[in-house]
Amino acid sequence: MKVTEYSEEKLRASSQYKLLVSQLKARGSELNTMSLTNDYIKQKLTEKFGDQVTGFEEPYGMLTFEAPKEMNLKVLNFLNDDPELKFRFLTDLCGVHYPDNKGRELATVYHLHNLEDNVRIRFKVFTDINKPDDYTATGLFSAANWMERETYDFYGINFVGHPNLKRILNVDEMDYFPMRKEYPLEDQSRIDKDDEMFGRGGSLGFGTEKTDHGTLIESDKKNVGEEIV
Amino acid sequence: MSETHIRLPEGSIEKTTTTLNLGPTHPATHGVMQNILELDGERIVSTEQTIGYIHRAFEKIAERRPLYQITPLTDRLNYCSSPLNNMGWHLTCEKLLGVKTPKRVDYLRIIIMELARISDHLICNSIVGVDSGAYTGFLYVMQYRELIYEIYEEICGSRLTTNIGRIGGFERNFNDIAFQKIEKFLKEYPGVQREFENLFTRNRIFMERTIGAGPISAERALNYGFTGPNLRAAGVDYDVRTQNPYSSYEDFDFKVPVGTTGDCYDRFLVRNEEIWQSLSLVEQAYKKVKEFKGADAEVYHADVPEYYLPDKKDVYTKMEALIWHFKIIMGEIDMPVGEVYNSVEGANGEVGFYFVSDGGRTPYRLHFRRPCFIYYQAYEELTKGAMLSDAIIVMSSLNLIAGEMDA
Repeated sequence: MKVTEYSEEKLRASSQYKLLVSQLKARGSELNTMSLTNDYIKQKLTEKFGDQVTGFEEPYGMLTFEAPKEMNLKVLNFLNDDPELKFRFLTDLCGVHYPDNKGRELATVYHLHNLEDNVRIRFKVFTDINKPDDYTATGLFSAANWMERETYDFYGINFVGHPNLKRILNVDEMDYFPMRKEYPLEDQSRIDKDDEMFGRGGSLGFGTEKTDHGTLIESDKKNVGEEIV
Repeated sequence: MSETHIRLPEGSIEKTTTTLNLGPTHPATHGVMQNILELDGERIVSTEQTIGYIHRAFEKIAERRPLYQITPLTDRLNYCSSPLNNMGWHLTCEKLLGVKTPKRVDYLRIIIMELARISDHLICNSIVGVDSGAYTGFLYVMQYRELIYEIYEEICGSRLTTNIGRIGGFERNFNDIAFQKIEKFLKEYPGVQREFENLFTRNRIFMERTIGAGPISAERALNYGFTGPNLRAAGVDYDVRTQNPYSSYEDFDFKVPVGTTGDCYDRFLVRNEEIWQSLSLVEQAYKKVKEFKGADAEVYHADVPEYYLPDKKDVYTKMEALIWHFKIIMGEIDMPVGEVYNSVEGANGEVGFYFVSDGGRTPYRLHFRRPCFIYYQAYEELTKGAMLSDAIIVMSSLNLIAGEMDA
């Protein structure tokens, strides 16, 4: 590669910055008259899927809806391929755990963005915690790969067809899904931990003072679960 | 096989590639992450990334904290530009709670956000220099990043993990010294930036190292969920500040620079141009702030007693202020039910917050959209077939921040 010639050309090309604010403002004013409103998206979806897409809401202006878990790829594909909808950018994918929703405890939440018309929507799929199977969106969005791994890592949602579904942020040996609601965070006031650097018991002599339950060191030696919970 | 070869065990297949572990604590990774590279000579055949070494479970911790205690967690995402994350978080809360901030607060926020963007881009671009063997630029600009940190210090008292601002505005008004420091920065910095660009932009060695290294097409970048300067370097003019203006960005005039090939050189140029745009934004915002006179110039927060800590002197003398102070500190305020997604243009791209509230005192679920985490997936595609030295430079020009990746 001859650097001098190549780079000259490239420099010229890449230094052509475009003035976009005014264009975008103009585009924004067009937008208001355009038809891609939440109502229109809702209408398109119900035309295509009938009563299988449900739960239409607009919290803080963002259209939100849900579909059965078998339908998630069909809906994503439709949103992606439809020449008017064009939701082709996967902004975010994450899980939420609702332990009280029996039979549909785990939600997978997709945030999709139509960059051309600048419209965002939120799409949810609920699964049973005993059989948390979704279809993977990696075929559509390369970005979904790690986001699905993260969701699997924290919520145990199994994305069927994912090329490499293993833990990403936690250690591989972990045998539970820590973001589920059955794992509450530690009570900040517990005193049973052998944590000498933070003055809670330990070999340095902190916490050896007598309390109603004996010394803290003694309670350390007992079974922690029995003693405290 | 000739006799000079090392004899392999019966039935084994000779491996022709070398495995190289780059990281977790390699100086060139600028953070704790691991790349397992499969090398054929010096060419990369495949890479596998392992992340999560500094995962701190922020999303879980946030489920037990009242809103104001979550701000310090956001500091530690992209720690090179914490104010941007802080502001993103405050804006998300304000959207959920329906708080409207005064214009002056918006402009002050823009000053802080754009300064943060400058300091982040400055680090990224100078580190690209370091990784291509040019240390001078990095050392030169570091002392000017210091000026930005001094401005933060004047406003909120801390430098790196700033915890700046509150829901509704700032904890105190900008004082005269802060404004003087901003003026000083605006005066001194353009010369420094020109000098920095002189050092690199047309430097033949730098160009040879970065042009064509780790390119990505606009289509692939979008599919990979790229945002921010990395996406713009590939030629897509997507910027949250113009697409979904927040904090009164619609009152300002600025350009969104785009590149063409999405390689390291384009990313470098886009970031440099964004620094100039940010400088102009700081200048515009500064002028607008100075237009407020009299009582208007004393406005630095919205009126939200439920979430904005009252003045200390009021706490000691007024009953109502004392009650609010107590309730806020003890986290005894119930939030409205709802779910909200809000995003700001961070230094690396769209920093998003997905906040689900069930009406309790802490978030029911909080998810951070971390741009780093999402675009680092493309690393394998960017480096396949490239040289080992390119792999390093691609990593730094993507601006990977381990804190943001692992949350």
